[in-house]
Amino acid sequence: MSKSSYSIVIKPHKGWVSINLKELWLYKELFYIFAWRDIKVRYKQTVIGITWAILQPFLLMVVFSVFFGGLAKMPSNGVPYPIFVFSGLLFWNYFSVSLTGSSNSLVDNENVVKKIYFPRLLLPFSSTITPLIDFAIALVVLAGLMVYYHFTPTITGIILLPLLIFLSFFSASGLGALLAAINVRFRDVRYALPFFIQTLFFVTPVIYPTTLIPEKYQWILALNPMTGIIEAARTGIVGNKEIDFGLLAVSAIISLSLFIFGIYYFRKTERIFADVA
Amino acid sequence: MNHLIIEVKNLSKKYILSHRLPYETFRDTITDLVKKPFHLLRGQEKIKKEEFWALKDINFCVNQGERIGIIGRNGAGKSTLLKILSQITHPTSGEVKLRGKVASLLEVGTGFHPELTGRENIYLNGAILGMKQIEITKKFDEIVAFAEIEKFIDTPVKRYSSGMYVRLAFAVAAHLEPEILIVDEVLAVGDTQFQKKCLGKMEEVGRSGRTILFVSHNLGAIATLCTKVIYLANGKIQLFGTPQEAIDAYTTSTPILSDSYNLNVPSVIRRGDGASRFMSIQLFDINGKTLNQVIEGKPFQIELRLHVNTTIIDLKILSITFIDQFGKDIFTTMHYDSLNLKLLKKGEYSFKIDFQPNIFSRGHYTVRLACLGTNFHEYDHIHNAVSLIIAPPEKDPDVLVPRPGIVRLPLTWKLK
Repeated sequence: MSKSSYSIVIKPHKGWVSINLKELWLYKELFYIFAWRDIKVRYKQTVIGITWAILQPFLLMVVFSVFFGGLAKMPSNGVPYPIFVFSGLLFWNYFSVSLTGSSNSLVDNENVVKKIYFPRLLLPFSSTITPLIDFAIALVVLAGLMVYYHFTPTITGIILLPLLIFLSFFSASGLGALLAAINVRFRDVRYALPFFIQTLFFVTPVIYPTTLIPEKYQWILALNPMTGIIEAARTGIVGNKEIDFGLLAVSAIISLSLFIFGIYYFRKTERIFADVA
Repeated sequence: MNHLIIEVKNLSKKYILSHRLPYETFRDTITDLVKKPFHLLRGQEKIKKEEFWALKDINFCVNQGERIGIIGRNGAGKSTLLKILSQITHPTSGEVKLRGKVASLLEVGTGFHPELTGRENIYLNGAILGMKQIEITKKFDEIVAFAEIEKFIDTPVKRYSSGMYVRLAFAVAAHLEPEILIVDEVLAVGDTQFQKKCLGKMEEVGRSGRTILFVSHNLGAIATLCTKVIYLANGKIQLFGTPQEAIDAYTTSTPILSDSYNLNVPSVIRRGDGASRFMSIQLFDINGKTLNQVIEGKPFQIELRLHVNTTIIDLKILSITFIDQFGKDIFTTMHYDSLNLKLLKKGEYSFKIDFQPNIFSRGHYTVRLACLGTNFHEYDHIHNAVSLIIAPPEKDPDVLVPRPGIVRLPLTWKLK
């Protein structure tokens, strides 16, 4: 056997640790495999399988349309309420499912974390990939709705879509990495998270337009990165007004900061995962 | 080729043991607050913290192609050492240099998903162990054949028998081709025949020039497989030498019980608050004469002397456990099987335990002594008190082969 050029030094960790991009790249296959496993396992032993990915957001849209659009007469800025709420749900579902998945990713994979070395960041990241499938399917449903209501998306909206997905990914994985790291030590996260997400749902303009909130308080909504993303997506898709790029910029800055801080904290506490998990 | 592949320098690992539930939840904090309203003000004194060095100043070097065995009792630091070498946990001080790709096998079937089929799990587990997709595809048929599960390859592994599960898991691992392979006690699973197959595979891997680090309680496997052996005790290397040297040092590390043994000496490592203290352990034959060696199939008695320093009102367990050379508990005998004794007043106690004939198979056993109170509170606890040798009888009916089995039972045969 030839002499290997591969070499590692194991030393006690001290202080700030940067992200080892080269190493993450080396482990890219494992990253795909984790994502692939989650997708595979998702709808195993169900009768209708992947149809759930269509049914879930669709039924939710129907329920919201009946109660908020129909009974509560929620304003939707001249857009049919089903399209209005579905365009919001599209991103919201991606965000909430990703956040839940990545926050629990370390604890759920505890047996692997304790027995095998790999860059731990793969886990919260790969949990934000799986919901992308659901996102894509829901996007098709949205397209169907738009055809039904005779709406055409704007070009800006279509161009903006990938950027908005990226921003949702940054928010969900950043916050997810942070919560995953805390979850290893304090299992309270697992129980507090559903409550937190539910609360966040109500301060995100999914079922109502931002115009419902008095203007002087709207900046509070802007602190929630999903606000700018959902508003921009919705305006882009239905094209009923100009996209508020100021709001989107605030959301972008906040989601990137969340991402950086989440990963910083994750890397900082990473070395104790196997000992306390 | 003497190419240094692993270098370990002054490696130490410290754990902080806090005497508290492992999961800290908000509720714990609240109940603590209710119970002891001022403890937050007084700081952290409620949590008793204790330092524990799992490894202390470990130094060794391994050349490419060597097969290193690691032996030692439970808690000696073997697993911690493997965990550091496989980068799962970090050392407190010191460093390790690894000049080669490492694959570690600390458990059989890490990451197996019950819902996935055998085929899917081969890819998943292979990737977790560090194999590339192409590599797995190339070896796929070989893995399936090795595991002997051809028929079930597309069945979810949750429907596998435990034997099939283990075989598949080991088969994946056996086809890893790292430069350094780290293996922890995985051969303790599966049936004997499969174990032999695994050992054979490991020897093959070793001969192909790969370096192996292998932890096991199975001294036989260590002796046949390894070129050098590290004997660990209490987090330190006691000996690093030929398999025979290390195994000898390991098996003779606890004094052998012959006639009587004084436990009231500093060399005996014990835990507990000292309310009671095991003073001595003594061997007798059934006539009450001291005995220097137990013969397989013959009855004997053990006398245990206990000194009680402060009165114990909640004696729950007074026990003797016998452990075989693989570290497995064989059985435990407890005082409450025949005595109703909860109160131990200050003073000397002596207990006599009768052992019926035909209990132990010949071999080497370690004796653990425990005197415990409510919630396993330790009054005195000696993990490796003495070792007990059971010798074959002079006129040996099983002279050719030792009788198979861990224990012998006094059963009667009748001809009808």
